[in-house]
Amino acid sequence: MAASAAARVSAGLTLRFSKVNPGCNPCTLPRLNSCSHANLGAAREGILYSFRNLNRSLQTSNHSTGVHNYESEKANAEETKDDVNVVYIDRSGRRIPVKAKVGDNVLYLAHKHGIDLEGACEASLACSTCHVYVRSDYYDKLPQSEEREDDMLDMAPMLQENSRLGCQIIVTPELDGIELTLPRVTRNFYVDGHVPAPH
Amino acid sequence: MNTSRVFVFKQLKSLLRVKCSSAAPSNDLRRLTSTPGSCPKVCVVGGGPAGFYTAQHLLKAHPAVQVDIYERLPIPFGLVRFGVAPDHPEVKNVINTFTQTAQHERCSFHGNVNVGKDVSVQELQQAYHAVVLSYGAEGNRSLGVPGENLSGVYSAKDFVGWYNGLPSNKDLKADLRSETAVILGQGNVALDVARILLSPLDILKKTDITQPALEALAASRVRRVLIVGRRGPLQVACTIKELREMVNLPGTKPEMVTAEFQGIAEALKDLPRPRKRLTELMLKAAQGSCEGGGAEKRWGFRFLRSPVEILPAPDVSRAAGIRLGINRLEGSGEGARAVPTGEVEDVECGLIISSIGYQSLPIDPAVPFDPRKAIIPNRMGRVQEAAGLYCSGWVKRGPTGVIATTMNDSFDTARSLIQDMETGELDISTAKMGSQAVAPLLLKRGVSPVSFSDWEKIDTEEMKRGKAAGKPREKMLDVAEMLKAAHA
Repeated sequence: MAASAAARVSAGLTLRFSKVNPGCNPCTLPRLNSCSHANLGAAREGILYSFRNLNRSLQTSNHSTGVHNYESEKANAEETKDDVNVVYIDRSGRRIPVKAKVGDNVLYLAHKHGIDLEGACEASLACSTCHVYVRSDYYDKLPQSEEREDDMLDMAPMLQENSRLGCQIIVTPELDGIELTLPRVTRNFYVDGHVPAPH
Repeated sequence: MNTSRVFVFKQLKSLLRVKCSSAAPSNDLRRLTSTPGSCPKVCVVGGGPAGFYTAQHLLKAHPAVQVDIYERLPIPFGLVRFGVAPDHPEVKNVINTFTQTAQHERCSFHGNVNVGKDVSVQELQQAYHAVVLSYGAEGNRSLGVPGENLSGVYSAKDFVGWYNGLPSNKDLKADLRSETAVILGQGNVALDVARILLSPLDILKKTDITQPALEALAASRVRRVLIVGRRGPLQVACTIKELREMVNLPGTKPEMVTAEFQGIAEALKDLPRPRKRLTELMLKAAQGSCEGGGAEKRWGFRFLRSPVEILPAPDVSRAAGIRLGINRLEGSGEGARAVPTGEVEDVECGLIISSIGYQSLPIDPAVPFDPRKAIIPNRMGRVQEAAGLYCSGWVKRGPTGVIATTMNDSFDTARSLIQDMETGELDISTAKMGSQAVAPLLLKRGVSPVSFSDWEKIDTEEMKRGKAAGKPREKMLDVAEMLKAAHA
C-alpha cells in the first residue's frame, strides 16, 4: 500500500519536474551535488531533489505549510492555467522561472525548486535570512509589511527600498510575472567596502 | 506492470546507497568516487551555528565530501541553545535545519570531544584534509575596574548561561536581592538580560528557562533595571525587535532621563532606516516615561556613562553600588567616541551585569591567534600561515551579529575551502582516515563521544520532562547526567 503510494508520488514528481524544468538544472539539488561534479540525468535529479525536499517540508515545525506543500505536490501532477509565473534571480544572477499556485509561500516555493533561500526561523518573523528584493513594479502590489517584518528587515545586510522577507509574500494572481532577487552577500561581507567603525 | 515505477525505485535506491568508498552502481558515479582522495574529509571544530552552516554548505557544494563535527559538550547547537533567550523560541527553529545537516549521510556529529585536550588540532590535521575552526567565543571582555570580582557582579555571558542551562554556569548563585540592577552595555544581550529580569513569571514559566533560574526569579526583589552605555542614544547597539519587547513588557514602565535625548529628534531625518526607526521608538519610550516612584517595575537607558569602580557593601564581600564616569561625545554617528569629563556619579545597586562583549580564546598552540583582536587571523576564512586550517563564525570575525550574519560568514568560509579544493591549493589527492583515525585516540584517552542519535535520546528525555512541567523542555544541567542519558 505505502509502497505503491510512494511510487505514485515519485512518478508524479518525475513527470511534473521534467515538465517544469525541461533543461538539466543541476544546482536544484539542495545539499547534495554541484553542477561541475555530478552528471546525473535530469529525471534522477528531479526525483532525488523532490524526495528530499518533501522530507524537508514535512520536517518543518510550521506543519500546516509543510502539509500544504505535500498536498500541492500531489495536485500539481499537471500544469493548469491557474499557475502564476514567478521568477527567482539567484545569487549568481541566474534567472529561475517557476510556476506557482495562488496561496504559495514564496520561501517554501523557493525551497521546492532548490533555490538557496534560507529560512532559519521557518517563517516566524524571527530572522532575516529569507530577504529578497522585489522588482519595483511589483513591490506596490504586495500588501504593506507589518511592523514585525520591518523590524526583522532592519537587520538584513544590504537593505534596499524594495526589500521584503520572502516568507511573508503569498502568491496571488496579480503577482504573475513577479521577479525576486536574492541579495548577493558576497565574499567581502560588506560588499560596498564598508568596514564597521570600532569605538 | 508499470515499468517507469520500477525505474524510479531502482535509481532512487541506488543513489541513496552511494557511499564514498564502496563501488557505485552507476558508471558516472563510479568514475567520481574510484580515485583515492576524491572523497575529501573535513573536520569542523564546534557544533554551533557556524559549524553547522559551514558543514551544510560544504555538503551541498561537493558531492563526496565527508564532514565530521566535533563539539566539546555532549549536545549540539551552541548559542542557539545557550544564548538565545528562552522567550525567543522561534529563533531556535534553526535547530531543525541543523538537525537535517547532522542527519545527512555524509555528516557525523561527535559530541563530548574537547579539541585541544582530548585530541590536538595537529592530530585532526593528520586525519582530515581540512580543519575548520568554528568554536566561537567562550570568554568575556572584562571591565578592568576595581570591585569587578565582588559578589553580585556577573558577566552577561555567565548570567545568560545560567538561565539557559549551560553546565559550566550551573552553580552561579544569582543574587537578586537588590531593588536596582545595573547592566553595562546596550546591545541585544543586555536587553535580553533586562527582559528576563523583569518578565512576568507567567510568561517565563512556559519557556525552556531552567528550573533553578525560574525559582530564583520568582524570589527576585529586582524592580528597576538600568541599561548603561558609554555613548549616546544614536550609538546603542541593540536592534528594534528587542527594544520593542522592552517597551511592551507587561507590568513595566520605561524610566529615562529626558535630558539625555536633547538634539536627538532633530538628527532623525538624516538617519538610515534601521537606525531611524530604532531611535524613534526610543524617543517615544523616553517621552512616555516618568522618573522614579511607583510600584511597577521600571527599566531605562542611561547614556554617556562608563564604569569606574564597583563599590562594596560595608562588609566588603559584595557589591552595593557602582561609580560611573560621565562622558561627552566626540564626533557623531557610528564612529563617535566617548571621552571622560572627569565627573562621576554613584548609583546604588546590588546586581551588576557586564554585557560588553564575548571573547574568543586560543584553542591549541598549532592554531595562530591574535590576542589583541581575540580572533584567529584569517583572510576570507583561510587561517593565515596555516595550510589546511579554516575558520568561521565568531572566532573568525569577532563576537557580534545574529544567526543570519554567522550563516553568511560560514557560507563564505565554505566557499573558500571548496575553491581551494578545486584549485589544488588544498591537497586532497591522498586518502585520509578521518574519524577512523580519531576514534582509537579517543578510546585510548577514555573519551566516549556522543553521536547525534545519542543526543536525540537526551532531547527526547528533556522534552518528556518539560511536558510534565508545561514547558517545551526541561534542560539537563549536568554533563554527567547528559552522558548517562546519551549512553542509556
